[in-house]
Amino acid sequence: MRDSLTGSRIRERRQISGLRQAQLARQVGISASYLNLIEHNRRRIGGKLLVDIASALSVEPSVLTQGVEATLIAALREAAADAVGQKAEVEALDEFAGRFPGWAAVLAQMHRRVVSLERTVETLSDRLTHDPHLAASMHEVLSAAAAIRSTAAILAEPGEIEAEWRDRFHRNLHQDAERLAESSKALVAFLDESEDTGERRGLPMEEVEAFLEKRGFHLPELESGQDPVSLAQAEMASSASRSVARQVLDAYAADARAMPLEAVSEALEVEGVDPLRLAARFSVDVPTVLRRLAFLPEDVMPRPAGLVICDSSGSILLFKPVPGFAMPRHGEACPLWPVFSALNRPLVPIRKRVTLLGRTPADFDCFAIAWPQPVSAFGQEPVYRSAMLVLPVEEPGVATDLPLQVGTSCRICPRKPCDSRREPSILSEGF
Amino acid sequence: MSRKVLLIEDEPNITEAIRFLLTREGWQVETHAEGENAVQTILSAQPDLVILDVMLPGKSGMDVLRELREHEEMRALPVLMLTARGQSRDREMAEKAGVSRFMTKPFSNTEVLTAVRDLHAQASQS
Repeated sequence: MRDSLTGSRIRERRQISGLRQAQLARQVGISASYLNLIEHNRRRIGGKLLVDIASALSVEPSVLTQGVEATLIAALREAAADAVGQKAEVEALDEFAGRFPGWAAVLAQMHRRVVSLERTVETLSDRLTHDPHLAASMHEVLSAAAAIRSTAAILAEPGEIEAEWRDRFHRNLHQDAERLAESSKALVAFLDESEDTGERRGLPMEEVEAFLEKRGFHLPELESGQDPVSLAQAEMASSASRSVARQVLDAYAADARAMPLEAVSEALEVEGVDPLRLAARFSVDVPTVLRRLAFLPEDVMPRPAGLVICDSSGSILLFKPVPGFAMPRHGEACPLWPVFSALNRPLVPIRKRVTLLGRTPADFDCFAIAWPQPVSAFGQEPVYRSAMLVLPVEEPGVATDLPLQVGTSCRICPRKPCDSRREPSILSEGF
Repeated sequence: MSRKVLLIEDEPNITEAIRFLLTREGWQVETHAEGENAVQTILSAQPDLVILDVMLPGKSGMDVLRELREHEEMRALPVLMLTARGQSRDREMAEKAGVSRFMTKPFSNTEVLTAVRDLHAQASQS
């Protein structure tokens, strides 16, 4: 309940009713100046007077006392923060929501819709640019359409064409029409399926990540020493997924052996979430610690933890999400993320406080390190990989230095100017 | 001497329609259905003009074009590129690779014929 706004609602209702302050005051037996104080929320109101005023305004008393939902205030606050080139009177937010609840709800609804549409743009943009299934389906549809258009135009031309050509074009037309029908159906089926998050299709790594997500990124059977091969065999649908799963699960099993769950639990009590101290305590390298921390159960790891592992081409090899943290699946990520900058200085552990810009900026503590992969011959250049542990920050005030500002992807990043920008953002003022 | 066009396209029915249209216009039409070996085919066929699809099996039309332009004698050969993707980024990529004209599917016969006539006329003048 937000009783402090009852006066504002009385004022609004009185104005809607077309009553002057003096008229309403007279009807309920108080002075106009006292009503003025009430309407400006400078006098509390309740009991009989509230009932009388409600009656005079032909509304239920609860309409005047009912509080504005906190979610509405929060949505308005977000809308104000996201506004480009407009400064809203945030200090008068409660009053605005109280006096104009309808308009406030409209504004909040519009803001939610904009946010939702931006997410859709982001998803579709990523999918259209990089989804190999969609690209192949679209190519199939457009090629069939091109063949039909061209052939039909030839047949529709005035004048006779040789019977042999005509028959051939009729046959082609029939084939292409069938193909177009099939490819259109396949495209629709693909788009429908993409909407169904329970049945994700895509790259082998996405299947592996879906499996890990389903299991909460924690696998007790590997903690207790089960062979990763049988697990990969049992859980993955394709041989490609099984192969990718083997790499991930082998690393998980090795990390679990090097840092047993019970010992990690004790160590976290003593050392806290400090990857370097934990690495020293268990005599393991930093990447092992980062991976291990990301795959701990919730009752052991005191904070939610995301993880990204990439190779030196920037391809994401493993992604464990954490609330508020986003990175494009198919490349085009912001190059400022520490997981990428770590590749510039292999084996140097990096700790950075990062602000992910967007509708609702979020802060993260990021720990990253790049390390070389084993080589099989002298003189062979090692390929580097980089891992980044991502811990959401609850209290942004405790940063030791200014947070690094990063975006999800240039196309939807509001940061300007940015030396690393590859293309203009579509989130311009006109969007 | 008849003009020769090499059509590099993996969709047989598009190939057939374009072959019909251009043959009727007096062109000698040769075809090739994949990206692999496409450059060698162009070099040996010595066409007056190439129509090149982007999405080809084996090698993309974009790579074929880049490779083709590395040959000194092929720098000025008119290349009409056909693609299902018409985004400005793809156009820019094609222009960088050295395309003469860029056309998105589904195209009309008139568009193809006009482009072929224009490109050939420009090449003949230079």
